[in-house]
Parts: sequence; structure tokens; C-alpha cells
Amino acid sequence: MDALINLLPELWTATGETLYIVAATLFFGGIGGLIVGLGLYLTRGGSILDNKPVFVVLNVLVNVIRPIPFIIFLAAAQPLARAVTGSGIGNDAIIFTISLAASFAMARIVEQNLLTVTPGVIDAARSVGAGPVRIIFTVLLPEALGPLILGFTFIFVALVDMSAVAGFVGGGGLGNFALQYGYRQYEPVVTWAAVLLIIILVQLVQFLGNSLARKALRR
Amino acid sequence: MSVVSLRNVSKSYPSSTKGGATVTAIDSVSLDVEAGDIYGIIGYSGAGKSTLVRLVNALERSTGGEIHINGRDIATLPERELRKIRLGIGMIFQQFNLLGSRTVAGNVAYPLEVAGFPKQDRAARVAELLSFVGLTDKAKSYPDQLSGGQKQRVGIARALATSPSILLADEATSALDPETTHEVLALLKRVNAELGITIIVITHEMDVIQTIATKVAVMDQGKVIERGPVFDVFSNPQHPASARFVSTVVKGVPSAPELEVLRERHTGRIVTLSFRDTEVDQSEVFGEFVRAGVPFQVIYGGVNEIQGRPFGHLTLALHADDDRVDAALERVRLLTTVTEVR
Repeated sequence: MDALINLLPELWTATGETLYIVAATLFFGGIGGLIVGLGLYLTRGGSILDNKPVFVVLNVLVNVIRPIPFIIFLAAAQPLARAVTGSGIGNDAIIFTISLAASFAMARIVEQNLLTVTPGVIDAARSVGAGPVRIIFTVLLPEALGPLILGFTFIFVALVDMSAVAGFVGGGGLGNFALQYGYRQYEPVVTWAAVLLIIILVQLVQFLGNSLARKALRR
Repeated sequence: MSVVSLRNVSKSYPSSTKGGATVTAIDSVSLDVEAGDIYGIIGYSGAGKSTLVRLVNALERSTGGEIHINGRDIATLPERELRKIRLGIGMIFQQFNLLGSRTVAGNVAYPLEVAGFPKQDRAARVAELLSFVGLTDKAKSYPDQLSGGQKQRVGIARALATSPSILLADEATSALDPETTHEVLALLKRVNAELGITIIVITHEMDVIQTIATKVAVMDQGKVIERGPVFDVFSNPQHPASARFVSTVVKGVPSAPELEVLRERHTGRIVTLSFRDTEVDQSEVFGEFVRAGVPFQVIYGGVNEIQGRPFGHLTLALHADDDRVDAALERVRLLTTVTEVR
């Protein structure tokens, strides 16, 4: 317990770092997921931008990247992270790598949520002269907004999970905190404190996501 | 000039299995819809009627033939050009297809946004449309708070927003109960009469055709097998499939099992007389039987009315020897259509 009290400043810093990493990856990964997910949805057979080659490429890409365990993906993508962010280690690198992995995980969720939009509604929009871009922003995304919010809430937990691995490449956050000060120092209380904070964080976000989705679905 | 004119229009899909035969949904259909028509297209499901109507606003592209909308061939236009054409063609759907994320007013405003209708005039136009369909008090409701009939009225208001000259109704009443169906059909009649909009109605219900259509085309297996003014097709269908549709609403012609019962119950020869319009006087026809000394009994029958014009079918049992009956029938045939059923 004393160890935890002594570590309080570090705990708050780590919490802040986790929040920073998760927020940044939710933003970049979310955008990436929307783009790839929309791409999958729009190019699928019979959809408004039906394009088999593009669909096959995206589909294979998602299927290949999604199942890779994150800690292996992190190592494998390090050269790419270095090329893009200038460094293979640290928070920037981990944000890049998590965003990349999250994009492909999120893409499936986005695709599935968009498939719940009734095709007839798209027919109706086309029948009044709407083009593909307008249909995306005025029909597809608004009609699927409720499920999309729940999808983003779901992926948030996965992001917290991935961010815990950041310590391996010199990133910070609660995962790193728990490993460095709890696990390696034989201080289970410190580890539990980090776990507790993560639980609270996830609960808060789940609550927020649920209420936003309820609002979007008007239920 | 025809508002919508189809010339040998075809639509085929590549086979779903590799090397299989292509599927022909529309097989060389030609059709002319004149301004002010309510043109009904009827057929069983799978006959190709929904595909046909989706070719008219190019939601699906034809694979052959010409599709003229107000004189312009749209079959080969690029998608970008088609969007402008679609502003002049409203469409309503069986499942209404309203945007669940928008209010009733938001749904009706949608085509106005797409068309770039001036922002400051949109609210007034939406109010005008909602008043036309009788839903002014529902402007702020969401579609899932409305009944089926109300949803379809929103659909109609949305389809009319950009003042199209053509309205396509794809099974627009098939998801509604009979009472609501008649409300919606009455509204479509008003759209045609008050706004002068040409309407193409796709349906599998002959009742819908009988209630509002002025002309009808019967479709079967991707082809138009019969067409003409509704009165003609109803009173004297030429094709067996048309006759089957007509028999679902026309009273007075006994079905095969009914005929079986009639034959058991009545002796003598049985004939069905068809009367169209006021061109034949029934009393004259009956007079012929009386003069020929042929006692008769009316054993089945009914009189229908399409667009204010009556027509009917009466089935008679004739009780006399064959010579007399033949003589009487010969004279009656000069007056009206006779179908001998035994």
C-alpha cells in the first residue's frame, strides 16, 4: 500500500498517457476504420460503387491483418512506424501502430453496421438524384449512427488492451505502469490499482457510448 | 408525345454460377405512357414488373433497347446525367424506405437538399407538401412513430417534392391493409388529377388497377403479354394469364369448381353471356330466347363497373331441345358474346 502511495504521481501520469494514447488511436483508427469499412461496403457486389478488385484487396487485407496477435504486429510493423513517425519506439510509434491495427479491426465493425442499413433507403436516395458521396454522408452514416457508436465503444476496450503493450516499445500508460512498478517489483497492490483504474475507465466510456447510441437510436 | 416510351427494352443478368445461362428479367418490352395516364403494370412476382419500373429511372440499367423520358433516351446516359433526370421522376416503394434518422419534415426536405432548392424556401415547400398529403401535424414525428398508411403518405410527399412530371409506384400499397390501400390510392388519384402527374403503378393486385388505372399492361416472364385501356382488358381479356388476373376481381364468371357444381345442379345447356357497356340491351337478348321458345334460368352472374362503364357476365341454363337452342344462340351471337360451357 505504501508503495502505491509513493507511486501516486506516476500513476496519474500513466493514466494521462493511457488516455492520450487511447484518444489518439480512437481518432486515427476510427477514421481509418471508417474509410476501410466504407470501402468494403461500397465496393461489395451490388453496392453503389460495386468494384470487385478493390473489394477483394480490402477484404484480404482485413482478413490477414486482423488475426495477427497485437504484440507480434507491433514488432513486425516497427520499421513502418519508424518510417512514418521518425522513431520505432515511444508513444508516437505506438499510436501509429495501434491506429493501423485498429483501422482493420474497426473496418469489419463499420462494414457490418452499414450492412444493417436497408438497401431500399439507398434506392430512395438514388431515386431523388443523390450521388454516392451524398449518400454516404446523408444516408449511410446517419442511418447507421447508433450501431456505429456502439461499435466504437466496443473498439475502445480493444484499444485500452493494445495500449497496455506500449511498454514493450518504450511507450507509457497504465499497462507499462502495472508491469514496471507492480509486476516486476512484486507489488500486487500497485498492479491492482492500475487494473481498477482501467476498469473504471472502460465503464465510463461504455456508459457514455450506450447513452450516445440510445440518443442516436431515440430509444 | 409519350412521357415514357420504352422500345424493345431488355434487361439480363449474368448467371450467378460460372458458365450458366444469363437470366433475362425483361425481354424486349415496348410500352408507351402518355401524359396524364395512370398506367398499371400487373404481373405475378418474378414477372419482371419491378425491374421494369426501376429501368425507367435507371436505378437499374437496361442491357438493350431505348428508354425515352420526355423524348430523351436515357438508356446510354452516364450516371451523373441520370441524377438530373431522376429529379423529374418521383418514386414510392412497398417498404416506404423513409430515412429513420430524419423527421417527417426532414424526409420530405431531402430531395430539395439534393436538388439545391433555395434553403429559405424549403420549409414552405415542405409545409405545402405535408398539407397536400394531410400530415401537417406529423412534421416533427419520426417514421417509426407512424402507421403504414402515414409512412406511405410521407413517401408520396417526398416523391413529389421536386415537382416531378412522372411518379413511379412500386407495389406502393402491397404492405398496407385494404382500407389504408384505398386511402393511398385515393391520394394517388388526386396527385394525378390535381397536379397532372403521370403515374406508373406496379402491382400484383388487380383491385389496385381497377381502382385507379386508366391503362394496363399485363406482364409474364419478362414480357408484356397484353395491354390496353383497363375497361377493354377487364371486360374481354385475351391472354389466359390476363384472364386469371381479371377473374380475381371480376364477379360473374364461374370458376372451374363452381362450374362443376352448376353442371350437377342444372340440366340443359349452359352458356355465359357477356355484356359490355350499354352497347347491348339485356332485354333484347332475353327476348330472343323467349321468341325462340327456349325457357332459361339465370344460374350465375354479376355486373361490374370500371371507370363508370358497366360490364357483366350472366350464365344461363337453357331448357329446350338442341335445334331450338342453336337457333336462339345464333341470333343472340349477333347481339353479344356467347361462351358455351356445356
